[in-house]
Amino acid sequence: MSGPLLKLSGVTAFYGAIQALKGVDLEVAPGEIVTLIGANGAGKSTLMMTICGSPHARHGQILYDGRDITALPTHEIMHMGLAQSPEGRRIFGRMTVHENLLMGAQVVAMRNYAATRDLVFTLFPRLKERLAQRGGTLSGGEQQMLAIGRALMSQPRLLLLDEPSLGLAPLVVRQIFGAIRQLNRETGLTVLLVEQNAFQALRLAHRGYVLVNGAVTMAGSGAELLARPEIRAAYLEGGH
Amino acid sequence: MAYALQQLINGVTLGMIYGLIAVGYTMVYGIIGMINFAHGDVFMIGAFLSLISLTLLSVLGLSSVPLALALTLVFAAGIAALYGWTIERVAYRPLRGSFRLAPLISAIGMSIVLQNFAQVSQGARVKPIAPLIPGGIQLMNVEGFAVQLSWMQIVIVVTTLAVLGVFTYLVSATPLGRSMRACEQDQKMAGLLGIDTDKTISLTFVIGAALAAVAGLMFLLYYGVIDFFIGFVAGVKAFTAAVLGGIGSLPGAVLGGLAIGLIETFWSAYFSVQYKDVAAFSILVIVLIFLPTGLLGRTDVEKV
Ligand SMILES: Nc1ncnc2c1ncn2[C@@H]1O[C@H](COP(=O)(O)OP(=O)(O)O)[C@@H](O)[C@H]1O
Ligand SMILES: [Mg+2]
Repeated sequence: MSGPLLKLSGVTAFYGAIQALKGVDLEVAPGEIVTLIGANGAGKSTLMMTICGSPHARHGQILYDGRDITALPTHEIMHMGLAQSPEGRRIFGRMTVHENLLMGAQVVAMRNYAATRDLVFTLFPRLKERLAQRGGTLSGGEQQMLAIGRALMSQPRLLLLDEPSLGLAPLVVRQIFGAIRQLNRETGLTVLLVEQNAFQALRLAHRGYVLVNGAVTMAGSGAELLARPEIRAAYLEGGH
Repeated sequence: MAYALQQLINGVTLGMIYGLIAVGYTMVYGIIGMINFAHGDVFMIGAFLSLISLTLLSVLGLSSVPLALALTLVFAAGIAALYGWTIERVAYRPLRGSFRLAPLISAIGMSIVLQNFAQVSQGARVKPIAPLIPGGIQLMNVEGFAVQLSWMQIVIVVTTLAVLGVFTYLVSATPLGRSMRACEQDQKMAGLLGIDTDKTISLTFVIGAALAAVAGLMFLLYYGVIDFFIGFVAGVKAFTAAVLGGIGSLPGAVLGGLAIGLIETFWSAYFSVQYKDVAAFSILVIVLIFLPTGLLGRTDVEKV
């Protein structure tokens, strides 16, 4: 039987005295693309980081593949088949593209390295051309591709993507969304995608959640959420 | 000319020792952004460990000098590494995330603890050691002034270069080295890639301490005498070297060490021995004023 790959129940998270998550319930089934949309400061990035144990959830429970990861240290969680391309990309600027990819592969056996890297190159051919270049000298779009590529190097079952389209040209955004769709269809990769670009995200995703002030206010299939007037008003009008 | 050449040889030898210590300062600064003031004292402990090991081995009747040196190097580096690990665990890790000055104060406290420990356990008097590798080669003789390159100097320079070579390979081409650089650039991201950042920081202290112990052995061989206070003076000079080279930069640390060694030697030779330390510290002040990022320091701001 196959339960959810990721299941959050009643998760709260704090920065000092500030409560950023107020009891979040969320599920991602294997093979799904789930998107999390919400305004700036809603707690989306906090949710992504809390799944990875940084910060740890204060209440509630996070199950990954049936195992309780709520209190595990970050580096242990990241050995279990999750990978995150975080907000702001966080490329190692003083390392080459090659070294950045090696960093992504640190948790898996080196013998798979070449094959995984070739997959990343098929998705993002630009990275192959830039292999010896320092991460800090890449363009924004290239850095985003590298951030996703680096996350893929660990051959994850669940990929967490935090605002991959932020600040990028529409053409690059299309390429990145295309890559996510292709990975999901061809390899069955499960994706949790945080986006401000709600329209494109909801069209790509099977299901979506809306986060407001650290709590989930709406959930449903991508098409359902796209059709809701309150979503259109809050996140789509004036958007793309 | 001959006199200057001799100073050059002496300066490079001394500079190598400073460089080895400076690497430890710069590594720790790079990864957790703190000045490990106890590092000079780990160097001092390394020198004492070397003295103890060499004395023991000679009492045990080991007559092969290369073997004795190799065993001593491993012993001193190993035990000093343990010191480095312990210092981080006891004095710095509990304070991580505390206010910025806290680990600095703790480091100064640790430095005093190590000095007092050495003073009490080894005595306050200067400890001598008989020259292990006498002799050398005479490079030239100009008007009665012989330029000497002692075997000891060759051993020091060659050992230091070998240790630095291994260390450079470790940092630039191994998974551990990459993890260290990753933690240095973005600890949170390193964690997201499955790196145990606490362990990586521990290993940084371990490696820095081992290098300092090698420097301690070299210092003991070069000067033939040590006391519990050598860590302070050599430590401040090596720290100066790290700042001069650009704190956080590994090649900078070695380059800075060479520069300080040369300046100190030439100053002693041409001006006054009494003021050689003043010369080194004046450089620290001047560098901080005119070249705050050092010779190889980073000025580039990355787009993230
Ligand atoms: N490191 C932090 N320290 C303190 N407060 C934070 C920190 N990161 C985020 N916050 C606060 O937590 C809330 C949620 O932020 P975030 O998760 O980044 O939202 P989103 O990703 O949806 O824009 C915001 O109010 C933000 O100011
Ligand atoms: Mg965010």
